[in-house]
Amino acid sequence: MNDSAALSNKKKKKYSVSRLHDRTSTTLLTVALVIICIIYLFPLLWFVLSSFKPGSELFAYPLTIFPKNPTFNNFKEAWTSLDFIRYFGNTLIAAVGTTVLTVLASATCGYAFAKYNAKWLRFFFVCIIATTMLPTEVIMNPTFTVIRSLGLYDNLAGIIIPSINTATGIFMFRTFFVSVPDDLMESARVDGASDGTIFFKIMLPIARPIIMTLSIFSFQWRWNDYIWPLIVLNDPKKYTLQVALRSLVGAENINWTILIAASVISIIPILLVFIVFQRYILDSGATTGLKD
Amino acid sequence: MKALKRNKWPLLFTGINIILFITFFLVPAILGFYYSLTDYKGYSTANFVGFSNYVQLFQDGSFYKSLFRTFRYTITLVPLVYIVSLGVALMLNSDHTKGKFLAKIIFFLPWTISGIITGVIFRWLFGESFGFINYVITLMHGKAVPWFTNSNTAFMVIIFAAIWAGTAFNMLQFLSALKNIPRSLYEAADIDGATAWHKFWYITLPSLKPTSFMVILLATIGAMKEFALVQSLTNGGPGTDNMFIVQYIYTTGFDKMNVGYASAASMVLFAILLILGLVQMKIGGRTNE
Repeated sequence: MNDSAALSNKKKKKYSVSRLHDRTSTTLLTVALVIICIIYLFPLLWFVLSSFKPGSELFAYPLTIFPKNPTFNNFKEAWTSLDFIRYFGNTLIAAVGTTVLTVLASATCGYAFAKYNAKWLRFFFVCIIATTMLPTEVIMNPTFTVIRSLGLYDNLAGIIIPSINTATGIFMFRTFFVSVPDDLMESARVDGASDGTIFFKIMLPIARPIIMTLSIFSFQWRWNDYIWPLIVLNDPKKYTLQVALRSLVGAENINWTILIAASVISIIPILLVFIVFQRYILDSGATTGLKD
Repeated sequence: MKALKRNKWPLLFTGINIILFITFFLVPAILGFYYSLTDYKGYSTANFVGFSNYVQLFQDGSFYKSLFRTFRYTITLVPLVYIVSLGVALMLNSDHTKGKFLAKIIFFLPWTISGIITGVIFRWLFGESFGFINYVITLMHGKAVPWFTNSNTAFMVIIFAAIWAGTAFNMLQFLSALKNIPRSLYEAADIDGATAWHKFWYITLPSLKPTSFMVILLATIGAMKEFALVQSLTNGGPGTDNMFIVQYIYTTGFDKMNVGYASAASMVLFAILLILGLVQMKIGGRTNE
C-alpha cells in the first residue's frame, strides 16, 4: 500500500517534470515555426504590399512595409497596358483543356497498369518511368519539329496535346487502382458488364479523390507553364500569361509598378483554386511521388 | 486474333498514352540524336557531319561553363531543399507546435507561384538600389550588396528563390510519409528512454528512406532542367555566368538556330540524366517496394 503510494508519487513527479519539459519545448518550437513562417511569407507579402504603393513610394527611402497612400492605380494601369482578358482566356483554355484530357488519359492508363497483366504493358510502364527521368525540356528542338510538322505551331493545341501524357498522373491512378480489390471487377464481369462499363460506371466514380488532386496539380502545372508556350506560340495574341509577363521582365528598363501589379493579378486565379481546394492537396497522401 | 481480343481493353485504355509517348517522346529523342549528327539550322536541309558537333562541344568553354554551373546549382540546392523541407515537415508533424494548419498553408503558398513570378518576387526583394534586403543591410550600417552584378551573389539569390519555391512540394511528401510511421515505434523508444535525437536517427530517418530517395531524385532532375526561374531572375547573368544548361540549349537551338549543335548538347544532358536516374534507382531500388 505504502509502496504503491510512493511509486505513484514518484510517477507524478516525473510526469510533472516532463509536463514542464513539454511546455518549454512547445513554446520554443512554436516560436521557431512562427519565425520560419514569417520568413516564407515575407517575400510574397512584400511583393503584394508593393503593388498597392504608388510609383513615387516604390522608390523612396525610407522604405515602409505598409503603403502610406495605398492605391489601385497600378492595377488599373497594368490591366490596360496588358491585354489581360486575352491572356487569361488563352491560359484558361490551355490549362482546363489539358487538365480534362490528362485526367481521362491518366485514369484509363493507370487502370490498365493496375488491373491487366501483359508483357507489353510492363514494358510500356518502364517507358513511362523513363519519361520522368528524361524530361522533354531537354530535347526542345526535335520536339518543336514534331509540333510544327503536325501543324500545331502557334496554336494553343500545340501546348495542350504534348502535355496530356504525364507519368505522375498515371502513377497516381495506378497506385489507387492497385488498392481496389479485384473482386469488384470480377463480380461485375459475372453480371455481364464489359470492361469499359466497369471502368466508367464503377472504377472512375470511386477514384474521385484522385481525380480532384490530379486536376488541381495539372491546372497549376499548365497555368504556370513557361517553356512550351514560349517555344510553341509566336503570335502575341496567342500568348499565355507567363509568356506575356516574361516580355515585361525581359524589357530593357523594367517598369516595376506595372510588372508587380500584373504579376499579382496573374497569381489571383491559381491562389483561389488553391484556397478552395487546399484540402485535396494538403490532406491527401495521394500526392506522393508526383511532380511535373 | 485471340491475343488481340484478350488485349482489347488494355489497348483501348492505354492507346492514347502510347500514341502520345511515341509522338512526343520517342520520335523527338530519335530525331534529336539524328540532328546531333548534322549541321541542321532549323531550315533548308541537314547535312550529315558525323560526330563533329560532339567533338566541338567538348572543346567549347561556354558549354562546360553552363554545364558546371548547372552541376554546382544542383549539388548546392538539392541538400538544402532536402534539409529545409524535412525540417519544416518535422515541425508540422510535431506534437509541440501550435498553429499547424495556418503554417502549412503559408509554406504551401509558394507552390502556386510560377517560376517566372518567383523570379520577379526575388528580383524585387533583392533589388540593388531599392530592394528591401539591401535597405535592411544599410539600416544596420552595412554596405549594400550588388546582388545581381556579382555572379556568386546572383547565384545565392537563385538558390534562395529555389528553396523558397521548392519547399512546399517536398515538405508535403515528407509529411505524408511521417504520418505513416507507426506511433508504437516511438512509444517503445520512450519506454527505453531514447532521446529525441535517437528517435529521429534510428526511427524517423530510416522510415523516410523511400521518400528521401524520391525527393532527391525529383529535386535533382528539377534542378538540372531549371529554366524559367533563372530567366526571369537574372536572365543567366551577370553576362552568361549563371546560364544553366537548358537555357544554353534554348539559346543555341532557338536564338542562334544551331539546331544540330544544340541537339548534341541535349544528348549529352540526356545521357547525364539517364546515368543519374539509373544510379539513384539502383541505390533507392532496394528500399522501394
